[in-house]
Amino acid sequence: MGIRELQGYASFLMTILFVVALYGYIVYLYRSEKKGEKDYEKFGNIALDDEIDSTPINSSDPISDEKKERNK
Amino acid sequence: MQSNAALEYDYSVAKLFTYTAILFGLVGMLLGTLIAAQMAFPELNYLFGQYGTFSRLRPLHTNVVIYGFTVSGVFATFYYSAQRVLKVSMAESKFIMFVGKLQFGLYLIAATGMVVTLLLGITTTKEYAQMEWPLDILIVLIWVLWGVAMFALIGIRREKALYISMWYYIACFLGVAMLYLFNNMEVPTYFASGGIGSMWHSVSMYSGTNDALVQWWWGHNAVAFVFTVPIVAMIYYFLPKESGQAVYSYKLSLLSFWGLMFVYLWAGSHHLLWSTVPDWMQTMGSVFSVVLILPSWGSAINMLLTMKGEWNQLTENPLIKFMVLASTFYMLSTLEGPIQAIKSVNAIAHFTDWIPGHVHDGVLGWVAFMIMAALFHMAPRMFKREIYSRKLIEAQFWIQTTAVVLYFTSMWIAGITQGMMWRAVDEYGNLMYSFIDTVTVLHPYYAIRALAGVLYVTGFVMFAYNMIKTMTSSKVLTEEPQFKSPMA
Repeated sequence: MGIRELQGYASFLMTILFVVALYGYIVYLYRSEKKGEKDYEKFGNIALDDEIDSTPINSSDPISDEKKERNK
Repeated sequence: MQSNAALEYDYSVAKLFTYTAILFGLVGMLLGTLIAAQMAFPELNYLFGQYGTFSRLRPLHTNVVIYGFTVSGVFATFYYSAQRVLKVSMAESKFIMFVGKLQFGLYLIAATGMVVTLLLGITTTKEYAQMEWPLDILIVLIWVLWGVAMFALIGIRREKALYISMWYYIACFLGVAMLYLFNNMEVPTYFASGGIGSMWHSVSMYSGTNDALVQWWWGHNAVAFVFTVPIVAMIYYFLPKESGQAVYSYKLSLLSFWGLMFVYLWAGSHHLLWSTVPDWMQTMGSVFSVVLILPSWGSAINMLLTMKGEWNQLTENPLIKFMVLASTFYMLSTLEGPIQAIKSVNAIAHFTDWIPGHVHDGVLGWVAFMIMAALFHMAPRMFKREIYSRKLIEAQFWIQTTAVVLYFTSMWIAGITQGMMWRAVDEYGNLMYSFIDTVTVLHPYYAIRALAGVLYVTGFVMFAYNMIKTMTSSKVLTEEPQFKSPMA
């Protein structure tokens, strides 16, 4: 098998792999939201509520919360 | 902490890049109009000796609008919106502020160097990668500084979730970093020739077909990661913010992102159809270009659906008009590109004026419209003044929309006419037309394109005037507008 044939197979297999991964990701997104594990749509509000002292959508860091309190 | 020392977003770096976006936009578009006029009226080539010829000014035009106007717009909108979606101010870190300002300083030096060297005819001759190696090194440094500022801001963010715009800005940073390095691998001819050549002129480290492949891997992905990805980042932030409507489907935005990342990198070889690259690679370029419609339209449709139930804003707010039309031109352009990448269509379209026609409905209708709308949105927040004139924006919108339509329609007709004439053979198989026959036929379309350029530049002068008046003499705002930008 020459290098060009090998490249052809590698390209084909990678395409299949990436397509499966992308479709897997679609299924994962919709399934996790349907099960109630995640709510992706709430992240859309990050653009709308973007004041520096507004409450973050995801804030797991107590230090930043503390800073925010101080700045009020 | 005292209340008067309350934390605020710091727009100093965003403002600096806004100024350069306006300046380079004006210069780049004026040059574009001049060279369009030169195509119609060749005597215009002799206005400034060697410095005014088409061949000298064409790379200057493309480089100034891409690396001057668009990249300034990308940096300006990044330094504005990244702070806001991460809920962190640049004023909180002296280090980030220093990096941002240093990046701007070096950018100004590099951009000036680019204009001067290209005007002097110092070029590597690789399209969209004409800058010589000392400038390339400077650009790598600027890009690294941008990355440092970006990830430092992300590092101190309060909003733990990264908004979709940030994903796109990160992709822009990583994509260009990788592509730029690989395509600009070059050796000064002094070393390549064993001391005979020049220290300042370089040749590519690749040769022949490999060089062409790497060049168009870069060339096409410069379109991807400079003209698409950061502009999508802008529309995902500025359209929802200006309209007060959250993005229609956040999940669709994630899907489109990964789709775009996966597909775009493979499409570059469509620039080399019918050339010496392996046939399977040409076919791959075609196939991936067609598949590219899906993620591109995913983002564009998502933006249009964001306006669902709020279409009245299209008549009430000229900035929404700009952004919705930008999204529409993005759809048009990303449908047209794949059509041109189909091998049989490409046999007619390649090397014809249909190609610059396609490029310009993308860059004038999508990229520049989006950048101007974003800068208009930012102005009242950065300068704490309302936009100087709504009437001027409305007039600018219609003048520039007419310009874009004139540009791409004339080039469609010119390109297809050209392609058909080049291929036409008589009953004995002889070519029916010589090259000059096509030039004669195309003259009216070149004249229409030059007119389109004049109209677009007129609109851009109106934009620049409106922005400068907004910065200097418009009504002062007492508080920051939440959604719709105030305008007189």
